Amino acid sequence: MRSNKKKYMPPVNSHTVLVVAAILFALGLCGVLTRKNVLFILISIEIMLNAAGLAFVAAGAKWRQPDGQAMFLFILAMAAAEVSVGLALVMQIYHQHKTMDVGDLNKLKDE
Amino acid sequence: MNELAFIPALPLLGFLVLSLGGRSLSRNAVACVGAGSVCIAAGLTITLCVQYLQGGNAARVDEWVAWRWFASGPLAVPVGFRVDALSLVFMFIITFVGALIHLYSTAFMRDDRGYARFFACMNLFVCAMLILVMAGNLVLLYLGWEGVGLCSYLLIGFWYETPANCAAANKAFLITRIGDTALLIGMFLLFRELGTFDIAGILQASPGHFAAASPIITAIALLFLAGGMGKSAQLPLQTWLPDAMAGPSPVSALIHAATMVTAGVYLIARMHVLFQLSPAAMTVTALIGALTLLVAGCSAMVQTDIKRILAYSTISQLGYMFLALGVGAWSAAIFHFFTHAFFKALLFLAAGAVIEALHHEHNVFRMGGLRHRLPIVYWTFLAGAASLAALPLVTAGFFSKDQILGYALSAEDGNAVLWLSGIAGALITAFYSTRLILVVFWGEAKTPVTRVPGRWITVPLIILAFFSITAGFLEWPRDLLDVQLFSGLLRGVLPATTTRYQGEGGAQLTAVIATLAGIFTGFQLYYRRPALLQRWRRGRLTAAGRQFLLDGWKFDVVYDRFIVRPFVYLTRVNRSDLFDSLYGALVRAMQEGNRQLSRTQNGSLRWYAVGVLVGMLYIIALLL
Repeated sequence: MRSNKKKYMPPVNSHTVLVVAAILFALGLCGVLTRKNVLFILISIEIMLNAAGLAFVAAGAKWRQPDGQAMFLFILAMAAAEVSVGLALVMQIYHQHKTMDVGDLNKLKDE
Repeated sequence: MNELAFIPALPLLGFLVLSLGGRSLSRNAVACVGAGSVCIAAGLTITLCVQYLQGGNAARVDEWVAWRWFASGPLAVPVGFRVDALSLVFMFIITFVGALIHLYSTAFMRDDRGYARFFACMNLFVCAMLILVMAGNLVLLYLGWEGVGLCSYLLIGFWYETPANCAAANKAFLITRIGDTALLIGMFLLFRELGTFDIAGILQASPGHFAAASPIITAIALLFLAGGMGKSAQLPLQTWLPDAMAGPSPVSALIHAATMVTAGVYLIARMHVLFQLSPAAMTVTALIGALTLLVAGCSAMVQTDIKRILAYSTISQLGYMFLALGVGAWSAAIFHFFTHAFFKALLFLAAGAVIEALHHEHNVFRMGGLRHRLPIVYWTFLAGAASLAALPLVTAGFFSKDQILGYALSAEDGNAVLWLSGIAGALITAFYSTRLILVVFWGEAKTPVTRVPGRWITVPLIILAFFSITAGFLEWPRDLLDVQLFSGLLRGVLPATTTRYQGEGGAQLTAVIATLAGIFTGFQLYYRRPALLQRWRRGRLTAAGRQFLLDGWKFDVVYDRFIVRPFVYLTRVNRSDLFDSLYGALVRAMQEGNRQLSRTQNGSLRWYAVGVLVGMLYIIALLL
């Protein structure tokens, strides 16, 4: 085999990656809209964030710019903060209402 | 501190004491404070008059500025008093006749619940009128002018438990308010032209500033005239005065003689320079005076309420004053005011005594035969009525009215029409004065006398009767006796009347004949041949004419139909406020929109997420 030679990796078509990112984003969105459990909604938001990150990385690779990857780092940091706050809120909600169903958590409305 | 200040300050002090502490004072104390304050003011005024007469300087002016009232840019208005001979004549009448009326009231109002309130209002009335005639600038004059209006409202509606009295008070206030508004606009116009409210400054600057007979000076003069017409009850704003009889008799005396209705005469005499510059305004003044004296005189002939007869006669006599002002006979108008104040105060106070003696009977045809039972009231009333009728040579009314009639013909602005209306008015006046005396005091008694007036009531009557006879001797017709004390006093303030010719003999004789004819007619109709009157009363045409005059020429009906009712209709239509409902609809639309939008805030997380998604899709669609 051509082991001594540098292994040739055909570049992943950035178009394909963007399609994958779009599919991921759509999946996340569906989760946010259809899930009942608050925890799963949070996870779905996580998926959407990652889809966005993937799109940034793909775009960065296409135009050979580091900005896409730098942006992904920002998204990562933001996601970490979001999850920590979100989980804390979820715990509080569970403590107070004994439920995770968003259908029941509708007290915050105009009477 | 100038002694001028005490004259209006004393009644004001009386008002403050009585209105703040009147409840806790005894009746005697109230009477002392109420009548005393005006009496002392009268004493001070008389001292001032004596100083004037001794000084012999007709143009003497006393000025005193109390403090600066307000200042704004070039406009500075002081609380400043300015007293000259014209003001002094008015001050004398206001305080002197006012003091007599107050003394009378101490007995007359003795049993009234609102004794202190009555004297508080009367004192404020006198104070406001004094401010009006002593004011050195138009703003202060206007303060007194409005104060007089307020006090007349309070006093006409003094017995406020009766709704009719409140209606009369409202009417007086509202109708005079029309004149007040005109006066205010006139003042503003004058200020725009001359930039000052100072009366002396205005009188000095006007002839140089305004072209004679220019539209602006005519407008200003007519607006001032309208102000005077409101307060002095001249056509067509005269309807409030007959109704103002709702107040107690001393109030009527004060309104008719010393204060209130003479304010218009004072205003025009005070601003005579403006009127001299506008011949049109002078003509209008004279015409209104002539019309008013005829219209009111005719109504006075048929009234049955003793106080309404006197009220219409007041309007008529004020018409004479306006006639005199209109032909430029300034001092004659003031002289008639001077004599009229005495005899009209006397007539009202005597009428009050009669009404009180007959247990609140107002109808003259239910009186009668009082000649023997109330002799003092009869003789004093006779003096007043004779003066009102202008009985030649022995009464004050003759000298003043004769002067006006003479000038109506001979003055430069006078003419035969004005003179003839004056002569007709003299005849009418003599007629209804005779009728009043004959019906009330002669004939047989119809109502028993329940109370004989005491000394406090009769003494003021006697004093006033004395002046009703003698006050005229200050000024004689030129071809009888050369005594012109009164016009001599006013010479420094008011210009002499320019006449077209000398000699008053023929005109004078006509006036005397008219007066005597009026008295004779009254005597014939009401004493000798009452049957004739009965026949007239049954005739359809004469009865209708009588009713027409009784209703005061239907002025009230016309005003009611063409002004009051349309206005009431408009207010009723607009009860829920047309423009308010427009804004109300706007508010309701907003609230409805808010309600619809707030339904979207339903607490469902999924709903919000969809909202965000739709919004984002919309923005993306826009961007693409």
